[in-house]
Amino acid sequence: MTSAPARTGVIRPDPKDPSPLRIDEVLVRKMLTLFIREETAKARLQRAVVGVSGGVDSAVTAALATEALGAENVLGLFTPYRTSSDESRGHARELSRKFGFTLEEVPITEQVDAYLRSRNEKVDRVRIGNKMARERKSIEYDRSWPDGIVLGTSNKTELLLGYGTQFGDMACGINPVGDLYKTQLRELALSIGIPEAIVRKPPTAELWEGQTDEGELGFTYADADLVLYHMVDRRLRPAELIEHGFDAKLVTRIREMVRRNHYKRVMPLIAKLSLRTVGHDFLYPRDWEAD
Amino acid sequence: MSIRIAIAQCAPALGAVKRNMDMHEKWISRARAEGARLVIFPELSLTGYYLKDLAADVACAADDPQLAPIAEASRDIDISAGFVERSADAKLHIAQGHWSGGKLVHVHRKVYLPTYGIFDDGRYFGPGDRFETYRWAGGTTGVAICEDLWHVSTPYLYAAAGATIVLAPSASPGRGVAEGGDLGTAESCRLMDRFYASYLTVYVVYVNRVGHEDGIAFWGGSEIVAPDGTVVARAAEFDEELLIGEIDPELVARERARNPLMRDEREDIVLRNIAGRLGLPFDRRD
Repeated sequence: MTSAPARTGVIRPDPKDPSPLRIDEVLVRKMLTLFIREETAKARLQRAVVGVSGGVDSAVTAALATEALGAENVLGLFTPYRTSSDESRGHARELSRKFGFTLEEVPITEQVDAYLRSRNEKVDRVRIGNKMARERKSIEYDRSWPDGIVLGTSNKTELLLGYGTQFGDMACGINPVGDLYKTQLRELALSIGIPEAIVRKPPTAELWEGQTDEGELGFTYADADLVLYHMVDRRLRPAELIEHGFDAKLVTRIREMVRRNHYKRVMPLIAKLSLRTVGHDFLYPRDWEAD
Repeated sequence: MSIRIAIAQCAPALGAVKRNMDMHEKWISRARAEGARLVIFPELSLTGYYLKDLAADVACAADDPQLAPIAEASRDIDISAGFVERSADAKLHIAQGHWSGGKLVHVHRKVYLPTYGIFDDGRYFGPGDRFETYRWAGGTTGVAICEDLWHVSTPYLYAAAGATIVLAPSASPGRGVAEGGDLGTAESCRLMDRFYASYLTVYVVYVNRVGHEDGIAFWGGSEIVAPDGTVVARAAEFDEELLIGEIDPELVARERARNPLMRDEREDIVLRNIAGRLGLPFDRRD
């Protein structure tokens, strides 16, 4: 690693240069384990519950939680639907073995299918996917009782694009990985010993067969992350990015996704009526008098 | 004769003044046991930093009885600690008090209240309106609370007024994790500390806290930088630590003999320049 004074050169927005996304993995690992330990304690909880899908985001979250709280205080939940792959199950089990946390398998097929059968209508696959995501989260919250916190696994790319189910996979008590873009998360994953097969496989929510994130989005995480980094972290306007050679259609589409889905990232709006209103002008920190 | 000081790089609880008071008494005892003449706590050490609406709940006058334990503890060691001061006209200020010999001897109110990025000081607090030096056993001193230090004019005004020590109690959130460097904030702060110390020939005592508030990590890394630019002592990042270091008035004298930048400083030109730009009258006397 080069030291700060030795570093030269300026960061230029360049669609062919992903280097600005690189992170100091040792520092990030330290900051995130401290975050999990302290914010779990401040919530007066001891354990963490993580939905372990077999993918890289939940793998990193579970591994960091294990380091922060001890393997005996981490519960991983693998919650397959009938379309979920054996590969995912295998990866979830491999993570549990490698990092030592308990993994429980809780299938969601029965309850999801019972609900879908009860609807006398054709249910769009997006609705099915959302139902599955919320079913999983309800199980994570149930299993967190009475002394566990549900850890979020939505990365910064998903959060900014709004590529997730509100109150489904996006729901959590605290989220250690939400300020890391997908490509940064992969880099961190390799440095903390997540198996390569998990890090390199195509990301998928497995909400229907053959679904992949990048197939559904129509662009790669590598491309999206670089656009988002310059747009969000470095505050460049879309027009400036296009001038620097970024694809105009991609930039415009990403900017529109960020804007349109902003509602998913904020607390629900409350109608202002009284002199003092939750969320508007009753502004106390969440860690109010916390240890 | 060198003066030993202690930096309490601690993690105050948010809004829990009583608990923080107990915590202060423990750190003060430890500093006393180390033979320190002064123990310095970070910004808002008695209340926590991201207070939001809690600011009004935890505020008190500088002579409020709830601060009496600090005054009491200062009979045999000086104490610099942070609190929310409610002024006589009921304005809230981010304040740093200096207690010595059982009494409050100086209060600095944070002048620059950042209200950008992750900061919202200006919504909850009123600004201080002065930079005043004061004397204690270590020498003439000025206090720059966090953002105050980022404004070049603050340490300059203190040094011009004769300060040889700038105390900088902070609540600095760690951010910037790009490869190829230190934590972004740490890099900026160290550059500032070393630059001010060397070019104003003063001791910079940077006192940062640790711990988390609402997901934001304070990074620690407190340090004492001498007027010759050497780092006298530096605390770990992110962990609690009682950092001990010496301040040597002789070193200030030696550095200023070698490098008389402050002696040669032309305050009259600075003043004339600023007065002219602001359209203020200024008697030219040359």
